[in-house]
Amino acid sequence: MSAGTSTADAAPTRPAATPPAPYVPWSRRLGPPLMLVPALVVLGVLIGYPLVRLVWTSFQEYGRAQVFGRPPVFVGLDNYRAILQDPQFWRVFWRSLVFCAVNVVATMGLGIAVAVLLTKLHKAMRFVTSIGLLVAWAMPPLTAVIIWGWMFDTQFGVVNYVVTALTPADYTGHSWLIDPLSFFFVASVVIVWQSTPFVAFSVYAGLTQVPSDLIEAAQLDGAGRWQRARYVVTPFLRPVLVILTMLQIIWDLRVFTQIYALQGIGGIREKTSTLGVYIYQVSVGSGDFGRGGAIAVLLVVMMLGLAIGYVRSTLREEEL
Amino acid sequence: MRRGFRQRIGSVTLHLLAGLLFLWCVFPVYWMVNTSLLPNNETRGVTPHFYPSDPTLSNYHTVLFDESKAPFLPALRNSLMVTGFTVLVAVVLAFVAALALTRFRFRGRRSFILLILVVQMIPGEAMIVSTYQILDGWHLLNTIAGLTMVYIATVLPFTIWMLRGFVHGVPIELEEAAMIDGCSRAGAFWRVTFPLLAPGLVATGVFAFIQAWNEFLLALVVNSRPEMMTLPVWLRTFQQATQATNWAAIMAGSTLMTIPVIVFFAFVQGRMTTGLVAGAVKG
Repeated sequence: MSAGTSTADAAPTRPAATPPAPYVPWSRRLGPPLMLVPALVVLGVLIGYPLVRLVWTSFQEYGRAQVFGRPPVFVGLDNYRAILQDPQFWRVFWRSLVFCAVNVVATMGLGIAVAVLLTKLHKAMRFVTSIGLLVAWAMPPLTAVIIWGWMFDTQFGVVNYVVTALTPADYTGHSWLIDPLSFFFVASVVIVWQSTPFVAFSVYAGLTQVPSDLIEAAQLDGAGRWQRARYVVTPFLRPVLVILTMLQIIWDLRVFTQIYALQGIGGIREKTSTLGVYIYQVSVGSGDFGRGGAIAVLLVVMMLGLAIGYVRSTLREEEL
Repeated sequence: MRRGFRQRIGSVTLHLLAGLLFLWCVFPVYWMVNTSLLPNNETRGVTPHFYPSDPTLSNYHTVLFDESKAPFLPALRNSLMVTGFTVLVAVVLAFVAALALTRFRFRGRRSFILLILVVQMIPGEAMIVSTYQILDGWHLLNTIAGLTMVYIATVLPFTIWMLRGFVHGVPIELEEAAMIDGCSRAGAFWRVTFPLLAPGLVATGVFAFIQAWNEFLLALVVNSRPEMMTLPVWLRTFQQATQATNWAAIMAGSTLMTIPVIVFFAFVQGRMTTGLVAGAVKG
């Protein structure tokens, strides 16, 4: 725990760690910041510039004609006004929010449960289970959607066969993707299947770090199993849980690949698009870059709002 | 006595649960490989074949050599090139930056780290339009170079963050000891710290590899010409073209695309977790 002790009195000790300015030769003083230049250039040109350009485009009428060379027209906030008055946008917005919330809750819940389960298993079984989790985690997202799409296939899917064989319900020829609610169920299955392992491994790593003498002390003081979980383990895990939840929200809110690919396998676009897919449809699909840009800006603003929370909790835990 | 019995029942239940969990995790992957080994007509029956009783590699042959479908091999080549260059450049840039951030103190250091953390949160989904416009302006659409540049920028923030953690983990005292023993500053770094960092560099490289290899949306927008597609875009195109007739071939294609990822992933899994939530739990 060297980190904690040094941060408390970091300010007074810093001058001692860095030699006084006059003794540092020029090359030394400029060297380290110069080492950041290549990375800064790449980020500036390929993230900073596109970001500025995105905001700029969102204030323009920028359609197919502009792609072919006609100069774009500056329209101020028209694109934003149009979006915020478009009921379709609000449907997509709330749908994304609800979808994100369901997935985050399911992933975190399941992830924590799996982590606790891992601590209670015999060593060999824990190893086997970890391998399984690892395999699900490692799948490329696109492949994962396509596999699940095949398993949920209307005609020849294994899911319909198994459900029909094991339950009284007849699912022969049942389409899972036509009904929007059922579509999102399949999408959530894919997403939760893939993101649970990361949560489980991280929480498990956290659980193994809880000092056992703390738990023993609590036990001696008469704390029951739930009290120990609540008052000893949970406070210890809180930072990990906060960061994980934040990451999950950020990942699930911007989801693109899973929804887009699942729409390609079956499903009704207008009723199943989330924000990420909607941006793609408005800008690339219908060629309205101005409006697509405005929606994208709104998404970026939401993300940065979340990012501030994430950065703050990371900074609290990490010594820079 | 009674308590022991109850505990054993509990433990058995938990192990059964773990077994179910294992099945739930690996069954889809098993199903992919299983389907890819079945003759196509066996994938189209009322009763699915739960194991390949008569395995065939013909689906892999279709994927690799059937010219009438979207071609796999050029997509593989594109993916390898884009991913390879991305990993190489991103790791070198990130390494230099990580060194500066951990081994030196200077003004702007903290701001740079904050910048990295925030940039990481900007969704690529939002940037497709302007990225497309910019690459178009530079005549880099449908090129290896264009997509590679975009990917380097995408993976860079996280590679820097991850490598920073690894460099931080090698105590500076080791270098200082080597310097007392007569090494130059650079010599101490290359002979002492660098070898200790090698695993971290590999893990970071693998992370960048997986990101670039799996990336779908930007590749879809930026490299849409059939001969410039990467594997994910190829897989989706192939799936759209053959979904109605040949799921077995789609599963063969998926398997081919997945194998490198699973292999690399298994390699660095432990470090991935520590990298992602580095320092969130400290003893």
